[in-house]
Amino acid sequence: MPGRRSSSYAGIPGWVVIVAVIGAAFVVLPLAAMILRVNWAEFIPLITSESSVAALLLSLRTSVAATALCIVLGIPMAVVLARAEFWGQKVLRSLVLLPLVLPPVVGGIALLYTFGRRGLLGQSFEMLGVTIAFSTTAVVLAQTFVALPFLVLSLEGALRTVGTRYEAVGATLGARPTTVLRRITMPLVLPALISGAVLSFARALGEFGATLTFAGSLQGVTRTLPLEIYLQRETDPDAAVALSLVLVIVAVVVVGLAHQAGEFTGFRRGASS
Amino acid sequence: MSVRNRTNESSRNRRRSVGVLAIAAVAAVAAVALAACSSPTAEEPGATSASSTAASGLEGSITVFAAASLKSTFTELAAEFETANPDATIALNFAGSSDLVTQITEGAPVDVFASADEKNMAELTDGGLVDADAPVDFATNVLQIAVPPTNPAGIATFADLAKPEVKTVVCAPQVPCGSAAVTVEQATGVTLAPVSEESSVTDVLGKVTSGEADAGLVYVTDVIAAGDAVTGIPFPESSEAVNTYPIAVVKASKSADVAQAFVDYVSGDVGRYVLESAGFGKP
Repeated sequence: MPGRRSSSYAGIPGWVVIVAVIGAAFVVLPLAAMILRVNWAEFIPLITSESSVAALLLSLRTSVAATALCIVLGIPMAVVLARAEFWGQKVLRSLVLLPLVLPPVVGGIALLYTFGRRGLLGQSFEMLGVTIAFSTTAVVLAQTFVALPFLVLSLEGALRTVGTRYEAVGATLGARPTTVLRRITMPLVLPALISGAVLSFARALGEFGATLTFAGSLQGVTRTLPLEIYLQRETDPDAAVALSLVLVIVAVVVVGLAHQAGEFTGFRRGASS
Repeated sequence: MSVRNRTNESSRNRRRSVGVLAIAAVAAVAAVALAACSSPTAEEPGATSASSTAASGLEGSITVFAAASLKSTFTELAAEFETANPDATIALNFAGSSDLVTQITEGAPVDVFASADEKNMAELTDGGLVDADAPVDFATNVLQIAVPPTNPAGIATFADLAKPEVKTVVCAPQVPCGSAAVTVEQATGVTLAPVSEESSVTDVLGKVTSGEADAGLVYVTDVIAAGDAVTGIPFPESSEAVNTYPIAVVKASKSADVAQAFVDYVSGDVGRYVLESAGFGKP
């Protein structure tokens, strides 16, 4: 029935719409309330202060690094989880996705006991002369830890959806597994990879609890934008609100760009196939 | 699609009632959750008090907002106050002083505010939420060096913290313990190069107990509360930055008599005894 499809909203019960509007207001109203509190006269000086700029640049730098790390580690993880079959796979998947549901502080404590000075691996690093505690590396590790599941989750889902048909065809035509992965699998799931990477970036940008617990807080080294906002709130709520707005804008821009990129690659794939 | 719709037709009435039930359930859960968030849980009356007097006639429940560093002492004092005044109940809320000031300014229902520094209390008196002459100083606190029990960096004096190989963690200057650290630095002429400036004493202490840092600057009461997890090293220069704790009844209090009685209790003999056992000094 093609006629029904175009007016599919007719199938949505009225009460669903009402509850949906309440839900949307619940998300949007706090943002609006925050924007109403912005001290516009002081906005530019507040966000261009030395500490604010240092925090913003550090946040962008570490989030990009964490996203790159997520892509490097996340693609193989998603491929193994989606394509291989082995004992304990379900348990492994649950464990990999654990950082999604763990309170970030717990993640920070776990990282501390792994990479900290007295941690499981930290002592070996220390002997090699590598100190992770209180360094920018610690921030990147904390962000990667919490952001990785987003990439693995969206990529694994896409891999399962596209199926293995084209990969099988490629293999029967003599392509090696690496060629199949590079030339067939990855182009097929590129939109999911991009949206997963953007989600990871956004999660890394907002990382707070694990960083605070594991990396510390020092201007230009470990004090990312969320930590700066948390600290500024103590003495200068105006600065905290102004910086919060900056973070919201950065997040909106990033998500918007990613959405466009995802649609573009999706469209191109559809046209060429 | 149409097939599915036809099947659903038969059970529409049933589905509708299920839908209504679902909405009702969601609303009920939300209401309960909100109520649970807003209703303060009263501290249970516990220890028997040495100073428990005969029925005082005080009646009502009050909410006390107190600085995080007062958690153990105020929990004890509130329990003893309730034992002494069976018709009075006290709900306690602990957080960083500036967090509490924000909550009070935004309209949180509160009867008594106990701050870890005079600056945050001044915000409330300036804002007209507390009478200017209401705050009473009831305790003081000084900084102490906290090191892991093994003291791996061999810290003995305040100047040792400035050594380049020592990983020192302090509070950021924006928070009371950090501004106290800055005052000590200025008084001694020793400039610290901390590896981290944390936003709370708890975070500084955490870095020391986990062994990440060689030393941290925290309050003497934090060192005592941490027990065996850290070793405290007092230093004479700490007297340069003494933190004073004020307490006051909030103007909007609906049980001002109970609130004032609790303020008097905290600043009185029992309060002083409990606070001094925890390491606080006399105001």
